[in-house]
Amino acid sequence: MFIFFASFLMYLLLVWSGGTIAPVEFAVAFLLATILALAARTWVPSYRFSFLKILNPLRWISFLYYVFVPFGIALFKANIDVAIRVITGNIRPGIVKLTPDLKSDLSRMILADSITLTPGTLTVDVDDEGAFYVHWIYVRDENPSEEEIYGSFASWARRLAD
Amino acid sequence: MSITLFSWTVGIYAVLIVLVFGRLISGPTIPDRAVALDTMNSLVVAIMIVLAAVYDSVVMEDIAIVYAGLSFVSTMFIARYIEGGM
Amino acid sequence: MGIVEGLFVLLFLLVGIFFNSLGVVSLYRFPDVYTRMHGATKCSTFGSLFTGLAVIVYTLFRYLSAGESRFLVLAIHTFVAMAVLLVTNATGAHAIARAAHRSRIDPKFAVVDRLAEKEGRRRRAA
Repeated sequence: MFIFFASFLMYLLLVWSGGTIAPVEFAVAFLLATILALAARTWVPSYRFSFLKILNPLRWISFLYYVFVPFGIALFKANIDVAIRVITGNIRPGIVKLTPDLKSDLSRMILADSITLTPGTLTVDVDDEGAFYVHWIYVRDENPSEEEIYGSFASWARRLAD
Repeated sequence: MSITLFSWTVGIYAVLIVLVFGRLISGPTIPDRAVALDTMNSLVVAIMIVLAAVYDSVVMEDIAIVYAGLSFVSTMFIARYIEGGM
Repeated sequence: MGIVEGLFVLLFLLVGIFFNSLGVVSLYRFPDVYTRMHGATKCSTFGSLFTGLAVIVYTLFRYLSAGESRFLVLAIHTFVAMAVLLVTNATGAHAIARAAHRSRIDPKFAVVDRLAEKEGRRRRAA
């Protein structure tokens, strides 16, 4: 259901060219969205979104807040950090393990992408139990705490999508 | 004025893409080459976005979106191949 | 209007060019594929985001001064392209890193490698 509405609105957003949208575009959008939703259901049958959860506007607002404020700041810091490391060549790499304990796939994806784009860290693998293996460009501690790697991102991912 | 700036940016990015070719050819392992290809793809998307503003055409922007998606798919396939799943 | 727009566009384009160049430099400067990935993924994503931001500023200024909705459409499409780029680059880098580690490419100069430890235990148990 979520996939249907998302692709429907996306299609309309992409065909909108200033004026009104022709009625035939609605028909095409409906057709394509139906095909996509059915295909997604066939490929990944366990993939279910709770309809009420997704339509909750508070969730969307907090998602936008997350993308622009904590994530944006971390992205900025990450790039300054990597820029300094590229110029000075000061690295001490290693792969560390973290167990943030997230249940749903979507929240794991949000956290993995956030880790990849934040200071000095890159997700290498996520196993079935939800343990994250993170490549860290400057290992300060071989058994790091969660705050050291990604700050408050795990609680954000849990609030957004778990 | 902005159009001139955009044109110069496109030129610089083209030079950067040529520089990435060195790693693409000489990378000691396949993942190195895949990373170089990924970098090239994101530079190409950036060039497409800028050229869309220069030529003032929305179609180019759509092509950039589709190109980003397809480059993601190709990266996924290369990763699959490196893993030995294919 | 022209000066402000030009300054913003120049600033964003310079930041974008700087970070994209750093991404390319990091491909040559770092010793192994994981560290290269740090530089290449983060810097080129960030650089391309700022390039897109420059285009958005330009188109929004054009929209405000000329009032043609064509420019608004251009801005929306640029925004979508940036969002797609942000998600796909991070996920693609993750896929390559995982594949590299599964094909037994060890991180050079690594002080600790928990993933290899775990897989080593699994191999011995099997």
